[in-house]
Amino acid sequence: MKRWWLVMLVVSQASAETRSFAERPDLPTDAVQSGTLFLTPDTRALQADDFANPGYLWVERGEELFAEGENSCSTCHAASSEGALAGAAARYPQFDAGEDTLVNLEGRINLCRQRYQQQPALAYESQDLLALAAYVTSLSRGLAKNVSIEGEAAAYFQMGRAYYFQRRGQLNLACNQCHDDNWGKQLRGDTISQGHPSAWPAYRLEWQTFGSLHRRIRDCDSGVRAKPFPAGSEIYRSLELYLAWRMRQLPLESPGIRR
Amino acid sequence: MANKLDRRQVLARGAALLSVGLVPAAFASPAEVELELAGLFGDRLIQAGRVTLKVPPIVENGYSVPLAVEVDSPMTAEDYVRRIVLFAEENPQPNIARFTLGPRAGRASIQTRIRLGGSQTIRAIAELSDGSLWSTQTFSIVTLAACVIQ
Amino acid sequence: MSNTIRIKAPGQARRGEIMELKAMIRHPMETGYRRDLYGKQIPEDILDRFECRYNGEVVFSAEFFRAIAADPFLTFYTVATESGTLEFRWYGQDESVHSEVVQLEVE
Repeated sequence: MKRWWLVMLVVSQASAETRSFAERPDLPTDAVQSGTLFLTPDTRALQADDFANPGYLWVERGEELFAEGENSCSTCHAASSEGALAGAAARYPQFDAGEDTLVNLEGRINLCRQRYQQQPALAYESQDLLALAAYVTSLSRGLAKNVSIEGEAAAYFQMGRAYYFQRRGQLNLACNQCHDDNWGKQLRGDTISQGHPSAWPAYRLEWQTFGSLHRRIRDCDSGVRAKPFPAGSEIYRSLELYLAWRMRQLPLESPGIRR
Repeated sequence: MANKLDRRQVLARGAALLSVGLVPAAFASPAEVELELAGLFGDRLIQAGRVTLKVPPIVENGYSVPLAVEVDSPMTAEDYVRRIVLFAEENPQPNIARFTLGPRAGRASIQTRIRLGGSQTIRAIAELSDGSLWSTQTFSIVTLAACVIQ
Repeated sequence: MSNTIRIKAPGQARRGEIMELKAMIRHPMETGYRRDLYGKQIPEDILDRFECRYNGEVVFSAEFFRAIAADPFLTFYTVATESGTLEFRWYGQDESVHSEVVQLEVE
């Protein structure tokens, strides 16, 4: 299928790109809007319906897994204990000294499994890891992201930010060209959102299932005809950190519904 | 001229189906729905009325479309809805669902979520306990999602 | 991952009350039309029948076809007649049966 509308976008943006990444402005704080506002009322209603929202199938499964087995997650993280996880998902990605790298929530869940539960890491995008991430993220529903971009995290932040502003793929498009410069406009049947991950992990109608933010980013990269990186890769974790910082005060909405 | 129209129709349908990732060998048609109805109800008269069918007139994604159907019936032991059948005229297969109810339902009202492989007419037919058949239909436009990557 | 089921039903009801019931199950409802990343056709796999049994008696049932969305969802109604159980049961083309039972107290 011809992507003439994307080609038009490329042409219209080409003249604006003369500055280096460091000089590019980030989306202003007062302009930040949740992706939910860019959905049709029917899709928004589905997200808001605590029963009909199919994302809760993963949240509920995650809640079961969380308490399953002898050395379960809930052994340390009982809802009433000091290890209670309300707000935990809001602090990821963060730098982990033990691993000497930036870890996101999925990575953190796997570190817990390996360090404290003597369990193998779950594959990225596996149903069990999605379910656990869905459950833990749902505990931060309504809270704002609160990530650190200081210290060891700073280098990852810069890497993620650079990825965001870097043109790529056969269509030669950077994230910001849609999500900073043209949000609110129509891309055929879609309204372009600002690209905030506040509702992720989410149930995506196109996938007809629940998925991770990294799977969504892979689709963005494929969309501009760039080779996607593996889900869980360092570059996507870094981009996730930039996106988490970029959406700042937006309340977390996972499990979201997306097109 | 006729050839050109045919080609356009085929292209339009192909594009619509691509949007929901359906790649069937053939499409249903209004005639196929009539065939299904004949199999279910023979040549009994189907009257318009008593059935309310709600599907959004414009849906942004054909993968999950809310549908609500309701039949005007007292739902008593003497007068109730026996069956409700739903069809999508131009999906790869015309059947959506068939529901069997009885007086114990209390209310002949059902909601579910369906798939639409393109803009089309959706039909609902209800069979009442007296054997009478009632129907309604509605049209829904399915917009294409941009950047669809399968 | 097991097929997680979610049910919304009143735990208590008055005799004669029309109760709204909601049921959802995790299932891909695979149409048989899709292809995987490697171009291989994904075989059809759908739940083709649903039943609601009130103390064992079927009070509502449905036949599903490929046009029912993934993770099928239903809202329907039944009259509260006596205390007991409501069972929600899905049958797959692959002979699988998925079921959840909830208790109901009728005054």
